Amino acid sequence: MTAGAWALFLAVFLACAVEAVEATTIVLAAGTARDWRSAMTGTGVALAALAVIVAVLGPAVSAIPLHDLRLLVGALLLVFGLQWLRKAILRASGHKALHDENRIYSEQLALAQSQAREAGESQARRRTPLVPDWYGFTLSFKGVLLEGLEVVFIVLTFGGNQHNVGLATIAAACAVLLIAGLGVAVRAPLARVPENTLKFVVGIMLTSFGALWGAEGAGARWPGSDAALLVLIPAVGLLALGLTAVLRRTGRPAARPAGNPAMTGQGAA
Amino acid sequence: MGSRLRAFGAFWYDFVIGDDWVIAAGVVIALLGTYLLSRAGVAAWWLLPLLIAVVLPTSLWRATRSR
Repeated sequence: MTAGAWALFLAVFLACAVEAVEATTIVLAAGTARDWRSAMTGTGVALAALAVIVAVLGPAVSAIPLHDLRLLVGALLLVFGLQWLRKAILRASGHKALHDENRIYSEQLALAQSQAREAGESQARRRTPLVPDWYGFTLSFKGVLLEGLEVVFIVLTFGGNQHNVGLATIAAACAVLLIAGLGVAVRAPLARVPENTLKFVVGIMLTSFGALWGAEGAGARWPGSDAALLVLIPAVGLLALGLTAVLRRTGRPAARPAGNPAMTGQGAA
Repeated sequence: MGSRLRAFGAFWYDFVIGDDWVIAAGVVIALLGTYLLSRAGVAAWWLLPLLIAVVLPTSLWRATRSR
């Protein structure tokens, strides 16, 4: 594989892994608190809905002129990348609480359990063999569909721009299967996955790809063409690390984890 | 109906604009500048990296200042 193909694979893999962590956390909460069969049915139906969306969206995206697509996608990636990077830097420097999957899992669990109590017997009357619990089904369906749509968006845009949707699909599938496999294996919150580190890296990748494609879409020509990424990515990374270091030394940190560099995201992400 | 439209608008605002409108505004201005410079025959690849170097610290400064 070429360097560009590896960069595409890595960017899509990391971005999709972040989305998969969020979706898996929701499904685990729904399955644990409510009913595993309903949660898994909700997941399956959401995946089927995603397949239909991909079938409809795929040809539509490929029909758009590449130049215009690069401008639109570049602008969106740049905005999303800078937003991700901003949050990741604020978290890594202790100015924003870490994205705590443990806390999210507990909240989803408590919400699901309270809904179970409120539903009571009326819930039992609506039971069906495949979906014994509609709340668990809906929770899983919603989580998987929303996060899955983001995965589809990442695959179509990254893959479409590089004329390699196949490789982007493989990268996304690897990320989703890996995270889902981890979720099945541990059946616990995915707090050990360093999500903030992942978001930090993905933010750098999105920002770099966004700058490259956005500028090309607007009519600019990069020195070295796509090879400019080899300078852009380290440059954006160094800027982000530098800003994190500066913010750690200054200001009034609100949620700095004691004795643990937030970049590792250990215990929370 | 009105509340649904507001919720729909709020969703897209949050999805695209996010926590700090300065980032989205900066990206739009820089892309417009890149387009205009390119049309004028001037090399404009440097404008978006410059945007990143300016907007990211500015947005972080705004976020930490408001805490």
